[in-house]
Amino acid sequence: MNLPRVVRLLARPMPVAAIQLVAQASLDGVVARHPQLFDRLSEYENRRFAIIATDLGLCFIIVPHSRRLSVQRDTSAPKADVRIAGSLLTLLSLAEGRLDGDAEFFARGLNIEGDMEAALALRNAMEDCRLDLPTDLASMAGPLRRPVEWGLSRIRSHLLSRGGARWN
Amino acid sequence: MELICPAGTPASFRDAVEAGADAVYCGFRDETNARNFPGLNFNAQELAEAAARARSNGVSTLVAINTYMRAGAEELWYRAVDNAAVAGADAIIVADLGLLAYAAERHPALRRHLSVQAAAANAEHINFLVDAFGIKRVVLPRVLTVAEVGAICRKARCETEVFVFGGLCVMEEGRCSLSSYATGKSPNMDGVCSPASHVRYRQDGSDMVSELGDFTINRFPKDEPTGYPTLCKGRFVAGGTAGYVFEDPASLDVLTHLEALARFGVSALKIEGRQRGRAYIAQVVREIRNRLDGLAAGEQQEDEATLLKLSEGQRTTQGSYDKRWR
Repeated sequence: MNLPRVVRLLARPMPVAAIQLVAQASLDGVVARHPQLFDRLSEYENRRFAIIATDLGLCFIIVPHSRRLSVQRDTSAPKADVRIAGSLLTLLSLAEGRLDGDAEFFARGLNIEGDMEAALALRNAMEDCRLDLPTDLASMAGPLRRPVEWGLSRIRSHLLSRGGARWN
Repeated sequence: MELICPAGTPASFRDAVEAGADAVYCGFRDETNARNFPGLNFNAQELAEAAARARSNGVSTLVAINTYMRAGAEELWYRAVDNAAVAGADAIIVADLGLLAYAAERHPALRRHLSVQAAAANAEHINFLVDAFGIKRVVLPRVLTVAEVGAICRKARCETEVFVFGGLCVMEEGRCSLSSYATGKSPNMDGVCSPASHVRYRQDGSDMVSELGDFTINRFPKDEPTGYPTLCKGRFVAGGTAGYVFEDPASLDVLTHLEALARFGVSALKIEGRQRGRAYIAQVVREIRNRLDGLAAGEQQEDEATLLKLSEGQRTTQGSYDKRWR
């Protein structure tokens, strides 16, 4: 369930600083719409999570307590308490609750290492928020909210239909 | 037959209701229930809100308080029963006889279901508990054949509920000590089998190795489907051969027996998986709802495993329902 090749090729030369800017803004937008996101994390809020998009070769480091995110291209051994690796689409689908984490893990679509309690807490916290990324991200677009949401939803539908899986 | 569905969070509770559950079972965020996992379960307010929403949709809420009380700390379990009653639960699912006695005395109007963890596997056992504690329903342990389920249904003086899909363990309901042996924590007392705090996964070349405490549980070559890191699903070397000594990693799927279960008079069918995600809950509930509706309409039941992708190890088994061993 990798991203289309052309998207991966386009993403490759993008500067990490620009990706980080977009990713941080996205995180801010999601947290603003779902302030309860980190409630279920409780004591795991201070853990350092490395979310690795294997098809993009990018590692997103998130410490929920600080609400900060950083991006790096080195995905081999990021310094983190938890490392969760999968294709970007798999990771985003898990965040939205469209895929079941255990099933993806059984199918080897997901690789998890490190503090498993923190990993479970993160999964459950995100599941309970009922994230809808097009809606959540479009909320930052001001007067362009509706067209942005429409566009993001179309892109999501297209990418998910390529996967051919059964979606929630 | 009622369809009883799992929920680990308020969001998955909602999904279960929308997908066609007749009842949803859930637990509190502590060791009073057998799915005491990080970030999972409900506080009292979340439960009350979920139960109210369920009721407005004609769906019941069952609260699992199904671990065994720790001596000296009984108050935690008593409070869970009180909170379930206040939250408007339609029933509690209990294994500990002392807790059943407490619930019967303090909350006589609150339905009491006997948890699978109580391992009541014959009609005499069940009827004794009906007489002693007024249990209204028994969740049958996964140690019985289909014929034995039928025999119990004929004699039991309460409703019966059976698991039809989901995680399957080593068939020592409420008595298994494998997790305690490996980690010091058990589903019976702490609500956690093979707790995440003791689980480690690591890559060894292209293999993925799972460890529980000091035990290596399994080594999965690249692309081989994985299972849960429990001792009972471990692949060990015995007699010079590596294999699954206790049981294979596979999920229970007895959907092909729905017709027989209906004929026996089974009251409710249960889906395991409060720890699973919303996608699992929505898909499994919808699939079984469709099958039950088809059964009610007299349609021919499909004989294929349709939920393999959501199953442990991507395999299913009928377990003891189709028992071929001694």
